[in-house]
Amino acid sequence: MTGADLPVWAAWLVVALALTGAAFSLTGALGLVRLRTFYERVHAPTLGATLGTALILCGSMLLLSLLEGRLVLRDALIGVFLTVTTPVTLLLLARAAAHRDRHEGNPGAPPKL
Amino acid sequence: MNRILPYPVLSAALGVTWLLLNAPPTPGSILLALMVGLAVPHVMRALRPRAVRVRAPGLLARLAVIVLYDMVRSNIDVARIILGLRRGERRTGFVAIPLDLREPFGLAVLSIILTATPGTLWVQYDSDTGRLLMHVLDYTDGDAWIRRVKDRYERPLMEIFA
Repeated sequence: MTGADLPVWAAWLVVALALTGAAFSLTGALGLVRLRTFYERVHAPTLGATLGTALILCGSMLLLSLLEGRLVLRDALIGVFLTVTTPVTLLLLARAAAHRDRHEGNPGAPPKL
Repeated sequence: MNRILPYPVLSAALGVTWLLLNAPPTPGSILLALMVGLAVPHVMRALRPRAVRVRAPGLLARLAVIVLYDMVRSNIDVARIILGLRRGERRTGFVAIPLDLREPFGLAVLSIILTATPGTLWVQYDSDTGRLLMHVLDYTDGDAWIRRVKDRYERPLMEIFA
């Protein structure tokens, strides 16, 4: 089965999933520009790492499942590994920023625990 | 059981991962998946991680559905904030949450949940006092955020990893 044999409803669904996922990722990237402080900005890229990725991967799995005529769940692994590893990066970034802000006594530094 | 399968959850996860990567399953790939699942966890023994005990699988499934719902909802909330679609003034701020959860696996899952829901950022956890410092994009006065984290996520996690 090639791409030309894909039913129209499936093609629309795959396109809708991919575009919505891409739109969420783009919004996250836009947030990096629009939001003001570091702690606000860190929130933005998680849009791409969570719902953006999930929607694009769903579209990819749907497309591959229909083309290969069997259930393809391989892409879900990307989601699993991304979800499990993202907190490590964000935690490091947040801790480093908090340490520097407290050390330099910047306004907006996180309160002491 | 303990000598052959030191970490059953890890063994199962490795086997399933192998099968997913080598789909569709053939007798050969099933055999290799079994070998990977049985052999690799023995390497982990050198690191001596504590065994995971999942007490309430049903509760785990329910928590997964709640987190999935919160993930979608908070994605939409944060997207609206970024695109400036929301009326009214918005404040951001830090919230300190006193956690009763001390189990390392539970805390790891909690950090994944808080990261997977945009709008909440895990900043710092003090294991002596059990307090978690969190940054929220949509700050509200009072203990709404504390209640949300404790009731929605912490209590199920404490039962699951009891």
